[in-house]
Amino acid sequence: MTTFDPYAPSRDTTEGKVFSVTGGDWDALTQEIGAAKEERVVVNMGPQHPSTHGVLRLVLELEGETVTEARCGIGYLHTGIEKNMEYRSWTQGTTFVTRMDYLSPLHNETAYCLAVEKLLGITNDVPERATVIRVMMMELNRISSHMVALGTGALELGAMGPMFFAFRDRETVLEIFEMITGLRMNMAYVRPGGVAQDLPDGALTKIREGVKLMRKNFKDNATLLIGNSIWMKRTQGIGYLDLAGCTTLGITGPVLRATGMPWDLRKLQPYCGYENYNFDVVTADTCDVYGRFLIRMNELEQSLRIIEQCADKLEKLEGAPVMVADKKIAWPAQLALGGDGLGNSLDHIRQIMGTSMESLIHHFKLVTEGFHVPAGQAYVAIESPRGELGASVVSDGGTKPYRVHFREPSFNNLQSTAAMSEGGMVADIIGAVASIDPVMGGVDR
Amino acid sequence: MSIDKQADGMFGAKGTGDTSGYGGLVRQAANFGSSERPYGSYFDEVADDLERAYPEFSDAIERVVVDRGELTLHVKREKLVEVAFILRDKLKFEMCMGVNGVHYPEQTGRELHAVYPLLSMSKNQRIRLEVSVPDADAHIPSVVEVWAGNNWHERETYDMFGIIFDGHPGLTRILMPDDWEGHPQRKDYSLGGIAIEYKGATTPPPSERRSYK
Repeated sequence: MTTFDPYAPSRDTTEGKVFSVTGGDWDALTQEIGAAKEERVVVNMGPQHPSTHGVLRLVLELEGETVTEARCGIGYLHTGIEKNMEYRSWTQGTTFVTRMDYLSPLHNETAYCLAVEKLLGITNDVPERATVIRVMMMELNRISSHMVALGTGALELGAMGPMFFAFRDRETVLEIFEMITGLRMNMAYVRPGGVAQDLPDGALTKIREGVKLMRKNFKDNATLLIGNSIWMKRTQGIGYLDLAGCTTLGITGPVLRATGMPWDLRKLQPYCGYENYNFDVVTADTCDVYGRFLIRMNELEQSLRIIEQCADKLEKLEGAPVMVADKKIAWPAQLALGGDGLGNSLDHIRQIMGTSMESLIHHFKLVTEGFHVPAGQAYVAIESPRGELGASVVSDGGTKPYRVHFREPSFNNLQSTAAMSEGGMVADIIGAVASIDPVMGGVDR
Repeated sequence: MSIDKQADGMFGAKGTGDTSGYGGLVRQAANFGSSERPYGSYFDEVADDLERAYPEFSDAIERVVVDRGELTLHVKREKLVEVAFILRDKLKFEMCMGVNGVHYPEQTGRELHAVYPLLSMSKNQRIRLEVSVPDADAHIPSVVEVWAGNNWHERETYDMFGIIFDGHPGLTRILMPDDWEGHPQRKDYSLGGIAIEYKGATTPPPSERRSYK
């Protein structure tokens, strides 16, 4: 036994002698390890690491540069969203779910609202204009989410340029979001029964300009990466997961479509009227990081196509309602932008305070108490940018959710890290994890 | 699913004055029994196929509930893995979209429910399995050997509800810290939080506020 080394203390375990290396002078350590026959290195990558997509902790067992075991440590971003929702009204729930997967807030909101509407039995009463706005917002959100996946994925593999292009294009989408909802993310815009408010003047013009601009801009990243020999070497054949692996691990989204399986809920189990839009399901047959990258690149164009069709539909539906007609569910006031921010419209306040006692009571009851949702449970699945996002919602007939659970695609898909990276090089684990595109806010909820 | 809870009064929080005048209101409990045939949609076909493929159907499946266009099979926990294998191999439910728990403290003897949404990609169908167990004996056999992707989902359900999935390869906490006490999503686990004081007025934490049920 050598003298105690504060930077590399050792202890005897059932697996042999274990050294915990923390830093400093490793001379004593290397001398002592030199005598040992076996050398296994366990490295903690993350939770504070620039390449792990947020607070993901990877516990890697290495032999040289080969990964022999990879395990994920998660939970660093657990905020108890599902528990908190049980103490708020059904409408307030959207404010929570929007914060789960912070890169696709509108998908979270829509999945939750579709489930609540299913429990209420008003799925077919949601106005068409509200549904078309939801679809348009979701597809814009898919673009901004894929932009982060592409930009950060490339950055993590050492490519700086794509990140700049991706975030420039994402900005176009976020500006549209800000104009329509007032916020760039976490907007709580989709509400049970419809959406919070109608599109402002000039929104469609801005969207059409944005689509035109993005279609031109997307070519920058395509020319930079597709066919780029360094990019191909870092992504082709890396993070292999075939259809059988995806099925048994419950993997959906671009990872599943990269096995050649054209599984897209928008086509196969349409919701929000997706059957009325023309778009293609993008697939690849390489089962690797490159295939998933190509799918995301090509899905951008499909989303643009859907957004254009939405804009055409919205033009025809100008002035139509965006909230369900049932006044027992619909938010009592149309929101309006005033001198002190977004709030109840002054017309509405004038009416309830000055002219109609009944309206005042109704407003007060609906805002403080909320509405009752008939007892039962519902599961609604939608195609989020990362795969199947399922909302399991249980009501006991009260004004608050009894239990809400989200089947988060990031949470599920992250399980494939081991299957994708064990036996490969430690540098390739970065590409594999980036191709899953996990968002830790969604994983941990 | 059934909600056996009977609601009294209008407000959830105890100890604060209910000044609404509706304190005596009682909302009757809703209870869903087994659904009658025909179930509609592809649900009859699924039930028929399962009955043919699995002779012990009537013994293993306690109830068949069709509600809001969704089929739920309530399975006895002893038979869960058998049923799961048959659903996967014979009825082509290749994917299990996880498991989530629900805690019904009022349902004595079956307080904890585990809900499994299943997906068949080849037939484009969805069904749901539900298993209920007593709080005192919260054990459910693990289906990780059937659908490996349920690994993390079962860990989460254990973490949040304390349901022990027997046969799971490594049932540890996943979201909460390893040394955490209690299972946060259970109804007897308080939301917590502290009162906020602002300009002399105090706002209690959300779980203690007077609120509507």
